[in-house]
Amino acid sequence: MSDTPQITEQAVAEAVDAALAAISAAGDSTALRSARTEHTAEHSPLARLNGAIRDLPGSEKAAAGKLVGQARARVNQALAAQESVVLAAEEQQRLAAEAVDVTAVPSRRRTGARHPLSLLQEDIADVFTGMGWEIGEGPELEHEWFNFDSLNFDEDHPARAMQDTFFVEPVERHLVLRTHTSPVQIRSLLSRPLPLYVVAPGRVYRTDELDATHTPVFQQVEGIAIDKGLTMAHLRGTLEHLAHAMFGEGAQIRLRPNFFPFTEPSAEMDVWQPNAKGGARWVEWGGCGMVNRNVLRAAGIDPEEYQGFAFGMGIERTLQFRNDMNDMRDMVEGDVRFSQQFGMVV
Amino acid sequence: MRIPLSWLRDWVALPEDATLEHVHAALVSVGFEEEDVHAAEVTGPVVVGQVLSLEPEPQKNGKTINWCQVDVGEAEPRGIVCGAHNFGVGDKVVVTLPGAVLPGPFPIAARKTYGHVSDGMIASTRELGLGDEHDGILRLVELGLDPEPGTDALALLGLDDAAVEINVTPDRGYAFSIRGVAREYSHATGASFRDPADAVEPVAAHGFPVTLDDSAPIRGRQGASVIAFRVVRGIDPTRPTPSWMRSRLRLAGIRSISLAVDVTNYVMLELGQPIHGFDLAKIAGGITLRRAQPGEALETLDAVTRKLDPQDLVVADESGAVALAGVMGGAATEISDATTDVLIEAINWDPISIARTARRHKLPSEAAKRLERGVDPRVTPLAAARVAQLLVELAGGTIDELGVDAGEAVVPAPIEFALDLPSRIVGVDYTVEQVVATLELIGAAVEVQGELALTSTATVTPPSWRPDLTDGPTLVEEVARIVGYGEIPSVLPVAPPGRGLTRAQRLRRGIAQGLADAGATEVQAYPFHSRAQIDAFTPGAAAVKLANALDGEAALLRRSLLPGLVDVARRNLGRGLTDLAIYEVGTVFLPESGRAYGTDGIPAGAARPSDEVLAELNDAIPPQGWRVGFLALGDTVDKQPGQASVAAGLGDALDAARQIALSAGAALEVVQGSHPALHPGRTAELRVAGAVVGHAGELLPALAAVLDLPRVVAVAEIDVDALIELSDVHRSATPIRTQPAATQDLSLVVDAGVPAADVVAAVTEGAGELLEHVRLVDDYRGQGVPEGSKSITLALRFRAADRTLTAAEATEAKLAGVALATERLGATLRD
Repeated sequence: MSDTPQITEQAVAEAVDAALAAISAAGDSTALRSARTEHTAEHSPLARLNGAIRDLPGSEKAAAGKLVGQARARVNQALAAQESVVLAAEEQQRLAAEAVDVTAVPSRRRTGARHPLSLLQEDIADVFTGMGWEIGEGPELEHEWFNFDSLNFDEDHPARAMQDTFFVEPVERHLVLRTHTSPVQIRSLLSRPLPLYVVAPGRVYRTDELDATHTPVFQQVEGIAIDKGLTMAHLRGTLEHLAHAMFGEGAQIRLRPNFFPFTEPSAEMDVWQPNAKGGARWVEWGGCGMVNRNVLRAAGIDPEEYQGFAFGMGIERTLQFRNDMNDMRDMVEGDVRFSQQFGMVV
Repeated sequence: MRIPLSWLRDWVALPEDATLEHVHAALVSVGFEEEDVHAAEVTGPVVVGQVLSLEPEPQKNGKTINWCQVDVGEAEPRGIVCGAHNFGVGDKVVVTLPGAVLPGPFPIAARKTYGHVSDGMIASTRELGLGDEHDGILRLVELGLDPEPGTDALALLGLDDAAVEINVTPDRGYAFSIRGVAREYSHATGASFRDPADAVEPVAAHGFPVTLDDSAPIRGRQGASVIAFRVVRGIDPTRPTPSWMRSRLRLAGIRSISLAVDVTNYVMLELGQPIHGFDLAKIAGGITLRRAQPGEALETLDAVTRKLDPQDLVVADESGAVALAGVMGGAATEISDATTDVLIEAINWDPISIARTARRHKLPSEAAKRLERGVDPRVTPLAAARVAQLLVELAGGTIDELGVDAGEAVVPAPIEFALDLPSRIVGVDYTVEQVVATLELIGAAVEVQGELALTSTATVTPPSWRPDLTDGPTLVEEVARIVGYGEIPSVLPVAPPGRGLTRAQRLRRGIAQGLADAGATEVQAYPFHSRAQIDAFTPGAAAVKLANALDGEAALLRRSLLPGLVDVARRNLGRGLTDLAIYEVGTVFLPESGRAYGTDGIPAGAARPSDEVLAELNDAIPPQGWRVGFLALGDTVDKQPGQASVAAGLGDALDAARQIALSAGAALEVVQGSHPALHPGRTAELRVAGAVVGHAGELLPALAAVLDLPRVVAVAEIDVDALIELSDVHRSATPIRTQPAATQDLSLVVDAGVPAADVVAAVTEGAGELLEHVRLVDDYRGQGVPEGSKSITLALRFRAADRTLTAAEATEAKLAGVALATERLGATLRD
């Protein structure tokens, strides 16, 4: 133990000056820690001056205590101030050191994708469920009665010939891969209460070789509404509503006379696509009409009481012109790049 | 159907400046889709020239060219070089003058060639686009033409004419004629129309022996209704078809054959009635119209000998069949360049018979196309008469009184028609005048009962050419289309409140979305599989077989989505895409082995079958269901800066399975399993509520090798219907405990053959309700663990509902778990 120091203003000031100098010189937390130890810890000049107070006569204690106390407070304040500066600087250095190239950060998860045909099918379904319609389903492998006869296809209708329809062996047992989603119409009519508003998206089959515009397996969406007093005006309204959802508010529907066994009157529908790449245009979209009375009869419905409309369109075709696609093969080959270019939104 | 404008103009007032676009637009508005346009591609000065002189000049290249002086109606003849030799001095030919453009396009200019300036070109049939028959120069005398030099050859040859092509829907056979289309153009535009059938002078005939002997009518319909035969004698077989007729036929897409044949085709195009001309000299005795006899054969005009079917209708003479009725004539009785006497046949054959025969023999001829859609029976004898008259006029023949008119026309039946039906179905407020006038316009007879009011009913008799008008709605369509579909307003109907997607539909969608969110890519594969594909995944299983598959090797319908995913993977690999995680949500076809599906008959349409019959139909369809399949190969995590690649494997298949179960709200249980296509040691059976719903694993390496796939291919397939069926419909919540947790690790040594899941299950059960969560953190084998054993390390999290758990309580629970694992599995605590 060295001698007890003399508490003088000068001694205190010297100790404070030395402490402040050391503190302000401390550029990092290690230096600051040493400065703290050297100038405030036990055995530091100020600690010793402080310790000397207790040896003073009682009358001097107050003044000396005040002098040393203020000095220690100044040093502690300086320490705290320098500490925050130093820590902030060090944090800055650490952050700088931790910087990475965000464009080279490894990805821990692969990104997936939906098939755009599935997405489009779901989008169309949502438009209709939003209006209170329900989604109908039926088997892809059908009995001919559901695929043809019930839909007013005569037994000699050309569509029943081998060149369009996939028949199941043995042919005499009358099973086919459905050639359209229309069997769901008759299934809905047979099983659901009236009035009825149903759309049926799904896979259908025709014996077309795969090329840029044909595929033997494709998807349609079929709609049928049977109620009292439904007219072709309601048909147009429904199609226009769907067209707006699919192609934007400027879309319009044009109907042209046509023929289908399961509708009368029948129409071909064109859609005015306002946002088409290369300019707005009319595009052939699908077929529609007022449900043929024989179809209602096949479901045991009185055509004098109920009437309604039906429509159908190809989902591939819709995707093709809606999303600027040239080659049907891209949709069916399963090349992952095709789905991945859409991601989760079509 | 192609319609030359000049021909259309004969019968309907086409505006002078009518363009192809205008005619198309008019026809589209009444329901004929626009298909194409056909116009001659010759323009500019093309004139008749007469060859005044011709000097052959041999050339160094071995060719001989002709240096000709040709009078083209100008003051001086033109010098023209020509390489062809099938013409001579005095011939009238077609000269394309400089400035003309031939099809190609091939512009004509005065050019220096073989030492002369050729001031134009003498044109061949082919160069003018008139036909491919021969290469030689067109000599106008061959067409029976002798015009003055300088005459405009474009008009002369009909090269200034053009045709629109429209698509005719199957219900409107009448529009396969100029007559029908001219009428429709008139409906569309209001232009005045003359009926070409009315312009034909009837020709009476009798005495030719013709018998209709239909022993096997199809669907109760006699093979023929109206029958007309006429005879024209003494035609000059050397006469050419006039150029106007040739031109119209060409634009209509019909090749010119000979004058007599061209006339029959011309009348068919104009009136819609197919006509066949026989060489009368080659017909033996009378004619019988009958079904083919068993084993009967016929060589048709296309030089093919066809085995006839007893359902085929034929025209027969005493020697046998001489024509396949309404489809194609026979070779033996064909009109030839020696024919002078022609037997003209016009018959309204039964459409269904014709359609079946045309399909059976793959002969969609022009005649069959019309007959199977229905031909106006009133026009049948008129068409025969018109052919006879044209043969007189153009071929110098005379009409014989021999012939026949027989049969009775099948005409459309009258329809009781509520006059407000159009408004009720179409949603346009048609006036009663509009309705009646429109029906009369299309040729129907309308007899209104009572006053002329929308509330009245009319008896509407459709015209003879409209067999498609059979009930009220068919008449409604006529009103709607003639007034215009553009008049139909747009009204959005209000459906009754719906319930949105069904639970199954929602969950299926969630499964598809969940896998994509988890990093897999959705694909869609064709469901056509080979027996080898079926057998690899479901050995020997029954599969639905297509009778007319596009690829005979892949005629079976899939029972599993995995072979399709394998195909898709192979295609992607072939395109250099080597890291794949793909999935499909789709249907499979699951016939039971040994069961015959389908029915012998089909119930009739237009009436509801009984519930029993409907049940029978539904039962006759093989079971089908929804599956989800997943496949991963290559790397799951790519090599990246600071990140090694992670190879795909069983874990990816199990993750996919867990994701699928999560999306369906099902609790999935994974147990060791087996599958014929999967690695015997790396196959998981997937269960929900104890029932097997699918498998996950790695493909058998040998199978992967055969398929040219990498050794490790992770796959999973789950029965979506079963998964959804077994998943919890009611999802019950557990209260969340908020007291502090106590965590402890636990290492147990068990026999290496004990599944980790069993250890977890035993510890969980033994530890009781304080154990909140267990996680498998390690499976260690090696130093410190006896041979044949493994050390399973679990991270346990304990929590009480009502208090802070002490370490002692947690340990006590843990040891209870250990005790059960020891009792069940022989597990020992590892120090």
